[in-house]
Amino acid sequence: MDNEHILEMRGITKRFPGVAALQEVTLAVRRGEIHAICGENGAGKSTLMKVLSGVYPHGSYEGDILLDGEAVEFRSVRDSEARGVVIIHQELALSPYLSVAENIFLGNEQAKRGVIDWNRTNAEAGRLLERVGLPEKPDTPVMDLGVGKQQLVEIAKALSKEVRLLILDEPTAALNDEDSAHLLNLIRGLKDQGITSILISHKLNEIEAIADSTTILRDGRTIETLDMHGPERVTEERIIRGMVGRPLDHRFPERTPEIGEEVLRVEGWTVHHPVDHARTVVDGATVAVRRGEVVGLAGLMGAGRTELAMSLYGRTYGARVSGQVFKNGRPVELRTVGQAIRHGIAYATEDRKRYGLNLIDTIQHNISASALGKLTGPGGVVDREREATVAEKYRRDLNIKAPTVQAFAGKLSGGNQQKVVLSKCIFADPDVLILDEPTRGIDVGAKYEIYVIINTLAQQGKGIIVISSELPELLGICDRIYALNEGRVTGELSRDEATQERLMHLMTMDKDGHAR
Amino acid sequence: MTTDLNTVPAMPPGERARVPLSQRLQGLGGNTRQYGIFGALVVIILLFQVLTDGKLLLANNVASLFQQNAYVMILAIGMVMVIVAGHIDLSVGSVVAFVGGVVAVSIRDLDVPWVLAILIGLALGALVGAWQGFWIAYVGIPAFIVTLGGMLLFRGLALVIVGETVAGLPASFISISKGSLPNALGFVSNADVVTLLVGTLAFVGLLVSQLRARRSLRKHNLHMEASGLFVAKLVLVAAGIAILTVILSFSAGGTPIVLVLVGVLVVVYSFVMGRTVFGRHVYAIGGNRAAATLSGVNTRKVDFWIFVNIGVLAAVAAVVTTARAGAAIAAAGQNYELDAIAACFIGGAAVTGGVGRVAGAIVGALIMGVLNMGLSIMAVDPAWQMAIKGLVLLLAVAFDLINKRRAGS
Repeated sequence: MDNEHILEMRGITKRFPGVAALQEVTLAVRRGEIHAICGENGAGKSTLMKVLSGVYPHGSYEGDILLDGEAVEFRSVRDSEARGVVIIHQELALSPYLSVAENIFLGNEQAKRGVIDWNRTNAEAGRLLERVGLPEKPDTPVMDLGVGKQQLVEIAKALSKEVRLLILDEPTAALNDEDSAHLLNLIRGLKDQGITSILISHKLNEIEAIADSTTILRDGRTIETLDMHGPERVTEERIIRGMVGRPLDHRFPERTPEIGEEVLRVEGWTVHHPVDHARTVVDGATVAVRRGEVVGLAGLMGAGRTELAMSLYGRTYGARVSGQVFKNGRPVELRTVGQAIRHGIAYATEDRKRYGLNLIDTIQHNISASALGKLTGPGGVVDREREATVAEKYRRDLNIKAPTVQAFAGKLSGGNQQKVVLSKCIFADPDVLILDEPTRGIDVGAKYEIYVIINTLAQQGKGIIVISSELPELLGICDRIYALNEGRVTGELSRDEATQERLMHLMTMDKDGHAR
Repeated sequence: MTTDLNTVPAMPPGERARVPLSQRLQGLGGNTRQYGIFGALVVIILLFQVLTDGKLLLANNVASLFQQNAYVMILAIGMVMVIVAGHIDLSVGSVVAFVGGVVAVSIRDLDVPWVLAILIGLALGALVGAWQGFWIAYVGIPAFIVTLGGMLLFRGLALVIVGETVAGLPASFISISKGSLPNALGFVSNADVVTLLVGTLAFVGLLVSQLRARRSLRKHNLHMEASGLFVAKLVLVAAGIAILTVILSFSAGGTPIVLVLVGVLVVVYSFVMGRTVFGRHVYAIGGNRAAATLSGVNTRKVDFWIFVNIGVLAAVAAVVTTARAGAAIAAAGQNYELDAIAACFIGGAAVTGGVGRVAGAIVGALIMGVLNMGLSIMAVDPAWQMAIKGLVLLLAVAFDLINKRRAGS
């Protein structure tokens, strides 16, 4: 047992029904270092950290975790925290109505025989706030603080637990430049106090700036660990090379594109966060799609792809939306979903269960939901027989595996649910379909079927926009790909130009045009 | 359907859907719960028939069962739509007192003809519903709060309007609740011919609609339930209608007018919920509000009209209640909202919204009504009656939840 490493994870394999999220992953973190973990969306970063912190209890994964050279078996987050391992999730876990001090000591109250000692609580909290450089009073309600300051409260909370290994999952994703800089400085300061940090980040410039080592994951496997202070300087290009290069093992159906007139054009599209109006989520994006064309939107988490799509689709996301939409060359207003549907725009959500389907209703009723008007006679009476015939047609054409269209949507597998969502979109007879992660969480066979459906729709002269986190998928089915980062379109590549490296380069490019 | 996807080849090839039996049963449309409720009603009727030495199903008792419980059934129809959409309405009892007061005062003090007074009452109900619907749908205040406020507001207004009991209403108005269809066609060995005719018409109407629906399914080559099951269901329903008709035909008045009223409302609202775009949207927003919004459903408009609708139905219940009492009293309609809510949940509506049927709510109301009547005939203390009804509500929902959990859904 060496004393150099505070943490070693060996041969970690974590399976979910149908997929192995982690396969034989190894990770070794040296004492007192800042260790970055990078990888594309879905590479397994968050899963690995959940294994480490006991969110996935011992026994639900294979492999060993060694802390200070000693094997540990965490059954819950409490177990890991007792050993000084604290994780700060991307979505902060603070209670908005409680004060800063109450949040810091939530679940760890400074109490004597069940009675809270408020003086000690506030005094301790004040000391911790000083350590993280947050000039706020301990009795300030957390909801009065911005995201950046809330992040610092989370770190103060971690310090209150005598943290030795701090895990930060995308800590700067929601922060502005100033707050990010402060946070990174703080992490460096903690390093000087002997606290080891694991930092998950998409921002390669941050990693280059503060990490001592970088481990790269891809498709649930450890690819390599780079020493950032080694003889060879580790550039962003070097990291990108490790992140991409997912095998092109999917098969994609052949298609000869027949591209026509421009059908939809979005110019200078800017969207602000629905709650935090000061935050720009989509920043002056300009995107166009032509008839018969499949256009991809590539971007890492938080790049603003879904936000762009949903704000376009009847303003179902965001606030203070500005910009111009042209349909067939004419300016149009898409202020409600009804208007968007009438103008021939369809959107298939990335989150089928939450936004796409009524799980406690039948396939038939889900398919007809967007365009019930096409099936009604006088007085708003639904022609159920025609509805069933239509649904039955889609069940056959899209090969939805269900006994009848009367089966509940909630009982179907992911791939079949996705086909129901697509049926709903197609039945509304749109000119443009925006498909948000159309193959997320579905098996390879069903993926192929979805690609075939996309091609068929393109051949019918529809414009298709595909949002996907899987670069090989975008490269396999798109005629043109836009890359987004931090709400801006950072580049556009044709089918012939696009490679995983070039896309990743654009996807990590900052405002000034440097790759991050 | 200009979109044609016939060209999509199936990949990977070959593999046909293999369907487990449980999923096939699912294909029945989740009707098992509905059958279960009907079964429970039959069991409770038989139980009390035995416990009361056959008094429960005496002709006059059956007639007054409907007369006594018409208000719950009317309110439950509106309430089930509210609950399916994921809301609740606590104000209907107070609205019953308020509208009933206005109708009675109009007739007695303002000499408004009673038919016109009823129309005024219905309009007032719509207005009350629009008021509450506005706050819920367009301001976004939870229905629980808005209707809790409404419960106090309209009870207060009822007290203002009905200082003391407004009695002395015309007999024709009162007959809405107490009267029966006129015995225009005489008797066949003591049985009212009009009642027999109504029962026959009801059965023929049902038979024709079922057969037409089935023929349409066959024409479109769609999935049908097995013909054996279809016939069995028809026979059971026919038997139920026949028994009810014969019993009622021997009652003092024949067919209660409110039974016809409730019957018409049930048919109309079952149609609205099952066959119209509006009904579909109610289920869609209750099942998944976000998905409904993204499908282009105007959820605010639907919410608004659901509350206008229950306002109108509360006004109908107000007319029935006032007519039955022969007078308007400020304390009328006390706890009616709870009766209606209980009927919906016993009848299979889901607390989380998205699930529930008009027929289920009616059966739920009948279960409560039979319990009431049976226990009254047995001379059980009203305090214990209330306690027993509370337990039945709890057990019905608990049974449902446990069943669902076991089914793993």
